[in-house]
This record gives sequence, C-alpha cells and structure tokens, in this order.
Amino acid sequence: MKKEKAGRKSGHETKPIKKHINKLVIRFFVFIFWIFIWEAACRIINQELFLPSPFSVLLSIIDLAAKQVFWLSILNSFIRIFIGFLLGIVSGAVLAVISYKSKLIYELISPLMKIIKSTPVASFIILALVWISSKNLSVLIAFLMVLPISFSNLLYGLKSTDIKLLEMAKVFRLSGWKRIKAIYLPALLPFLKSAVSVGLGFSFKSGIAAEVIGRPANSIGLNLYEAKLYLMIKELFAWTTVIIIISVLFEKIVVKLIGNYGHDKKYANKP
Amino acid sequence: MDIKVVNLNKSFNGQQVLNNVSMAFKNGKITCLMGASGKGKTTLANIMMGLQKADSGHIEGLQGKKISAVFQEDRLIEHWDAVKNIFLVCRKDFTEDYIHKNLNKIGLTDYEKKPVSSLSGGMRRRVAIVRALLAEYDVLIMDEPFKGLDFELKKQVIGYVKKMTEGKTVIIITHDKDEVEMLKADLVTMN
Repeated sequence: MKKEKAGRKSGHETKPIKKHINKLVIRFFVFIFWIFIWEAACRIINQELFLPSPFSVLLSIIDLAAKQVFWLSILNSFIRIFIGFLLGIVSGAVLAVISYKSKLIYELISPLMKIIKSTPVASFIILALVWISSKNLSVLIAFLMVLPISFSNLLYGLKSTDIKLLEMAKVFRLSGWKRIKAIYLPALLPFLKSAVSVGLGFSFKSGIAAEVIGRPANSIGLNLYEAKLYLMIKELFAWTTVIIIISVLFEKIVVKLIGNYGHDKKYANKP
Repeated sequence: MDIKVVNLNKSFNGQQVLNNVSMAFKNGKITCLMGASGKGKTTLANIMMGLQKADSGHIEGLQGKKISAVFQEDRLIEHWDAVKNIFLVCRKDFTEDYIHKNLNKIGLTDYEKKPVSSLSGGMRRRVAIVRALLAEYDVLIMDEPFKGLDFELKKQVIGYVKKMTEGKTVIIITHDKDEVEMLKADLVTMN
C-alpha cells in the first residue's frame, strides 16, 4: 500500500516566546514614550488647570477608586452601554441574515442603516431625550451606533461566504445547523470580530456622550460633566483614562472570546 | 431506472455550452463521461446535481434520488481535519474507526488531527473521494476524481472506488482512457 506523508507544513508551531516578549517590550516603550511626551507638554504649559501631569492624573484615579461612587458609576455605565452594544450586535446580525435571504428586505433596511450611520450622535441624543428617560439613553445610543456596523459587517461576511462550499452543502443535503457550523460561522467570524472591535469603541464613546448630556445619576457621564463644570481637570482626565481602559480591556476580552469560540484549538493554523 | 438526459440546452452569456445534449447512464453501473475541454461536462454534472438549471430539455431518473459528489475542486472545510470533513456528510451509522479504515485503504496516513489545508493535493483529493463514498447516495457523480494521483495510487484508488460502488449508479467525468479501462466502465462521449 502506498503511503504518503503530509506534503505541506502543518504550521502548528506556536509563535516563538521571544517574538512575543519583543512585542511587549516595544509596546511598553511606546507607552513610556507617549507618557514622556505628555509629561513634557505638561511641564512646558505648567498649568495643571489646562493639562495635568500623568502622575497627578494617576493620583486622581487612585483617589477616585477609593470612593464607592466611582465603582458604582463604572458599573452602571458599563451595564447600560454593554446592553446597548449587545442589542446592536444581535439585531444587526438578525437583520443581516434576513437581508441576505431577501433582496426586498435588504432594499427596505439598507437606507435606514445608512441614515443611522450618517446621523450625528448629538442629534440622536437630543432627540432620544424627548422619547426616553436619561437613564436608558446610553442603551439606545450605544444600540444605534453599533447596529449599522454589525449589520453591514455581517452582511458583507455572509455575501463573501464560499459559494462552492454552499453548493457542496446543497449536494450533500447538509442540515441548517451543519451549514452554519461548517461554512457560515468560520466565514463570519473575522467580520464579527471586526464589528465587535469597532462597535465597542463606538458604543463607549457615544454611550458616555449620551450620559454627559442626559446626566443619569451615578454614571461616568455625570462624573465627567461635573468634572468639567467645576473645572476639576485632573478628575476629567482620570475619568477619561478610566473610560479608555474599560473600553480597550473589554474589547480585548470580547474579541479573544470570539476567537476562542470560533477556533478549534486543535487546528489553530486556519489558512 | 437509467438516467436519461434529453435534449439538454444551456448557455452562459449567449455562449451555448450544452447544445441539444442527449445521453443515458445505466442504473447500477459505472459510466465514464468523456469529451474535450469546454464541451460542457461539468455543466452537465452541475445540472444533474441541481446546482444549475438547464435552459431547456430535461433529465429523467434522478427525481427523489440522493446524490453524492466529488467536485472538480475538493471543496473541503479547510480548517477541519479529514475525519471531521467526512463526518460532516457521511452516513450516521459510520464510526470514526470506519472512516480511518477507509482513508487507510487508499494509502492515506499521517493525516490525523491536521487541517486538510495542510495536506498535499493528492491527499486532499482522496479525502474528497472517501467523503463522497461514505455519504448516503443513490447516484454518485465524480468530476475528474483521480486527477493529481500518480499511476500506482490511481490504480489503488480506482480499485477502492469500484469495490465501494458495486451496484450503484456512478458517473465519472474523465479525460483519461486508461481510467475508463481500469474502471471497466461504460463510456459516453460528449461531442
């Protein structure tokens, strides 16, 4: 019996640890570089009211972290924005699937998505304040910001699914679930990752903006507003830093989770 | 019941690919379909598989029949391994062990726990063949299934295909007369 070994390289090798460490070192120095620039700018201006130093912002964060209201505000804002984000991703996915199946539905939904995408966030926030309570404003705004991103990304992903594999599925009479698992999900995952990555950033930015205008109790937005109102610039920077940290951390976690779900670790060398 | 292709016509962008094609494939036999490139063999196979519609004419004897196929391209799920690919379409009563045995029968080793994207062209082709043979089917359509296999391997795979398809209706598109002889198949040509 003729035997043959795998012709191509399996590509199972993991990234060399050294390369990974190098990357981390570079990132660390980039971070230090920008902190240095910030510090230098701060010393040149020499006015804490206009530009506080990185160290005083750090102290301000530590100071804020000691208060219960800090954590409560983060939790409240995070939950509301996350709900809006999740609703946006799921609704966008559902609408993308329906639009993929029906040209008529696509024609119907597509202009709506374009309008949502092009409308300034401020217009939505002011308009929405008339309709709903300020507490739920960030949910709606985060939802509206994520919806068109999720819709267009996932629809594009569905449209770029390998037609030859879909034909194979048809000939072999594969069930809907098998088609989703084998063909659609792997094709959609990069687009979902991109939607989540972009959508999370947008939802945090717009959600906090909505809170600044709506000013619901115990929220990051209200704290930002008050910091600006009373010219507490260090706190303003501290809250902004916190928002950036939460947004980036959460994006990393969600994208990682999607990656882990979509990738069979055994065969991590997807082509 | 034999499969009968009756006065089939198909054109793409005004170019006639199938022109009044009529032919028959015997039930329970292997038939090789030969013809020069561009004569519409793959188009005919696609119409039989229900992937394309003929402009006119019809095919008898395929209604309600389950079809399995080896496509011109392998059409495997690239990031899955061979066994998982076969499991996706094979009969429910087939075990993983049985799949391994079948892969081994045609000389496939060193394929386990590797995505098919990392296998050589010949190995991928054989995975596609085993996948088609272990699926539930009444009619098997194979579009140049042995391309990329060297002579010895081709003999081995053809022997396996013959054994596995005994009594089944099989249509094999090929350019190679030796394959027709090795398969001891009926021959239909497209002019």
